Amino acid sequence: MSEMNEFDEDAPEIVKRFMYVNRRAPYGTIYALECLEVVLIAAAFDQDVSVVFLDDGVCQLKKNQDTTGIGMKNFSKTFGALDDYDVEKIYVEKESLAARGLTADDLVIPVEVLAADELREVMAQQDVVISS
Amino acid sequence: MKLGILINEGPFTHQASDSAYRFTVAALAKGHEIYRVFFYNDGVYNANKLSEPQTDDRNLVALWSQLGRDHDIDVVVCVAAALRRGIKDEVLKDGFRISGLGQLVEAGIQADRLVVFGD
Repeated sequence: MSEMNEFDEDAPEIVKRFMYVNRRAPYGTIYALECLEVVLIAAAFDQDVSVVFLDDGVCQLKKNQDTTGIGMKNFSKTFGALDDYDVEKIYVEKESLAARGLTADDLVIPVEVLAADELREVMAQQDVVISS
Repeated sequence: MKLGILINEGPFTHQASDSAYRFTVAALAKGHEIYRVFFYNDGVYNANKLSEPQTDDRNLVALWSQLGRDHDIDVVVCVAAALRRGIKDEVLKDGFRISGLGQLVEAGIQADRLVVFGD
């Protein structure tokens, strides 16, 4: 109990709802990769974390990605670590999947598929929304 | 109100940093507190002291540096995003500091609002 700790253990713990919104394709820009890096760090903070994939962002979760032709690191396997980090609220927009001919079975991790109006409600309940 | 500011774009290709700067100046003028300004993605280029815009152009690196020092604002550049873009202490403008992504999450926790400026 006497060990040094940079955090004040007597301070009231604030738990906020953080939502990370992925709207872009996995490659072509760095947004998807750097958003994932934020989520993995954020998971260590004992906050209520959720991650959303919509628009081209749903392609980040596509199974069987092969990036050898573009010389980029295939980071899709890293999404599998979200569960290890206790990030369990993973939402994918139904309309975005359908528009790209995808279903939840095409994705590398289990997700909750929400229609746009359902997702809007979940978004409205958040304290912090970080979109990229 | 206590505000956190997140900037995800560099000073030239996008307007995000300009908008964030003007927002921050306006918020301070209204008496709001800026808990932290955090630069992520290409936003880390806003801290590059080697940047030399033409003299008749605004210089966001200098503007952020000055604003941070004038108002004692914590102006933080993400270390992970900075390293891969060559933004290190050697090229860091005064008024900025390099730290981890935890500083962004902490800003989200501690500030009343986290305002995001990106593409």
